[in-house]
Amino acid sequence: MSILIDRSTRLVTQGITGEAGRFHTLACREYGTNVVAGVTPGRGGGDVEGIPVFNTVRDAVDETGANTSMIFVPAAFAADAVLEAVEAGIGIVVCITEGIPALDEVRMKQVVVAAGARLIGPNGPGVISPCESAKVGIMPGYIHTPGRIGVVSRSGTLTYEAVWQLTAMGLGQSTCLGIGGDPIPGTLFVDALELFQEDPATDGVFLIGEIGGTAEEEAATFVREHMTKPVAAFVAGATAPPGKRMGHAGAIIAGGKGTAAEKREALEAAGILVAESPADMGRAMAKALEAQPVP
Amino acid sequence: MKLHEYQAKTRFAEAGLTVPEGHVVDAPDGAARAFEILGREFAVVKAQVHAGGRGKAGGVRLVRSAEEALSVARDLLGTSLVTHQTGPKGVVVRNLLVEEGLDLEREIYAAVVLDRCLETPVLMACAEGGVEIEEIATKRPEAILRETVDCWRGLDAFKARRMAWRLGVPKELVGSLARTLQGLARIWLASDAGLVEVNPLVTTKDGRVVCLDGKMSIDDSALFRQKELAALRNTQDEEPTEVRARAAHLSYVKLDGDIGCLVNGAGLAMATMDIVKLHGGEPANFLDVGGSATAEQVATAFGIILEDSTVKGILVNIFGGIMQCDILAEGVVEATKAVRLDRPLVVRLEGTNVERGRQILADSGLDITSAADMGDAARLIVEAVS
Repeated sequence: MSILIDRSTRLVTQGITGEAGRFHTLACREYGTNVVAGVTPGRGGGDVEGIPVFNTVRDAVDETGANTSMIFVPAAFAADAVLEAVEAGIGIVVCITEGIPALDEVRMKQVVVAAGARLIGPNGPGVISPCESAKVGIMPGYIHTPGRIGVVSRSGTLTYEAVWQLTAMGLGQSTCLGIGGDPIPGTLFVDALELFQEDPATDGVFLIGEIGGTAEEEAATFVREHMTKPVAAFVAGATAPPGKRMGHAGAIIAGGKGTAAEKREALEAAGILVAESPADMGRAMAKALEAQPVP
Repeated sequence: MKLHEYQAKTRFAEAGLTVPEGHVVDAPDGAARAFEILGREFAVVKAQVHAGGRGKAGGVRLVRSAEEALSVARDLLGTSLVTHQTGPKGVVVRNLLVEEGLDLEREIYAAVVLDRCLETPVLMACAEGGVEIEEIATKRPEAILRETVDCWRGLDAFKARRMAWRLGVPKELVGSLARTLQGLARIWLASDAGLVEVNPLVTTKDGRVVCLDGKMSIDDSALFRQKELAALRNTQDEEPTEVRARAAHLSYVKLDGDIGCLVNGAGLAMATMDIVKLHGGEPANFLDVGGSATAEQVATAFGIILEDSTVKGILVNIFGGIMQCDILAEGVVEATKAVRLDRPLVVRLEGTNVERGRQILADSGLDITSAADMGDAARLIVEAVS
């Protein structure tokens, strides 16, 4: 999927001088991403291994033409960082930060949408397009291989598990997208599915959901009404107790709603093959491709 | 984080909403004194516990004298209240709220909650209060009224009025009810709440709108900026292992099984619990050590899992991306030695430097079983504990 990130991506990292920001920026550059700038208020004029650091995103955009941002700013300040990026004209903002208050997420998403920008995350591993040697995120590049399967997930390491299985089966990936584990993600399953459906480089999609919210149910409706490409899935949390936040802020069964069983049912009703076990995610994708060959 | 009813009502009162006159007591004679101070014909004694269904479980009692208040308080304080939400062990009643008895006219349900589908807070209300709203939501969803709350402006006055008219209260109470609903929305925004619920919100025979009940939960991610509310937390009300885990910055939820799980990443941790169950085992906990677990955190995590004597074995499932498997293996070995592991341990490592990691485990001399993949790991640990 070359729509989100590709060889034309010019990446700026907000929070580049922090430990995580620095480490992952260099890893993205090593993977092949064109990293053009970093921002840490107060550290403008410096550099990180040759990457120029600016005080503001506006300065970074003006000087380097950055068009994509990766955010490693602590939760208390992350929403502000997203707003700053959008205001400076950044079109794609990938927010890795975990722990942003839900109210901040509601507010910042409204601003992002009004500006016509795209937010990926928060609380996600980011996005990677192996065919384009482009990575904006924290996922280990080496487990991915170029191919034609799109992956979209609410999880981080569970996505790596799925990608690992897909790669082992010879099912390479077009783009892998982590929408994150929070209650108000910037990009939803339905947004990603729409992009994958329109992407000539993607033949099928693997979707990884979990308890809480209605994103999987909405995805099921979208697949039934708009998708011609095969979709397979896994939903984590069949054993999760009600009312407890399972790590992710959005992973909570509230008022009896949002169980894994309900989500599986909704996905299956839309013709999506749902793996019963996380050990069978790659196999489920292979089966779905067999059952519904690419036109 | 949940607030007790009396804590929620304090916040309501501070925001200008009407709550019943009441006193929080933690001793039986406190309840008797409270009854006298209230000086009404009757009072209501309410157990302050973080669980719904108190009424049906005998945790909400009408009393008509100071003696009765004393006796009821003695019955409740220090005992375990079992409701349909608490599980069979119930929760210990440490405090009681003794409130004036009111002459009720109407009971309404009202709550402000984040609607994840609409991506905005909403005010939900129902002309029938005091009931299980989840039942109504399932059986008669059309009975639940909704108005969106703007994430900056709150509940617009015209929406509050519209809701009040639709709830069918007498004309002279529409203004007061509308203002109350706006107040609930204002509290939700100001407190970074997850839920603000009043069930029931009542109108009294003497023409007042009163929050007879009060429930609030606060977004855990916002506690850093809600210091006053965060300070209200009483860890006595919580599972001790969960308290310890939170202090160590570990994400942990205690469950009922006997297979402890230690995983990096919430989705993978949930999937690990799921696969254990698929293989016939019962997970003892959810535990996410996060993306940058140090050997120390791994050791703390082990300690917390092993604190539970019902845990018969542990499954470690780590997909190391940036985190290297050999570093993690060293951490696991250190931790295992430190806590003197006496139960079966199955470790599944995948990712960077996995071969070196597996070698470290094999060479450690400890009784650690290495698994090739998730299915293998689940099968091995279930076998080991049965």
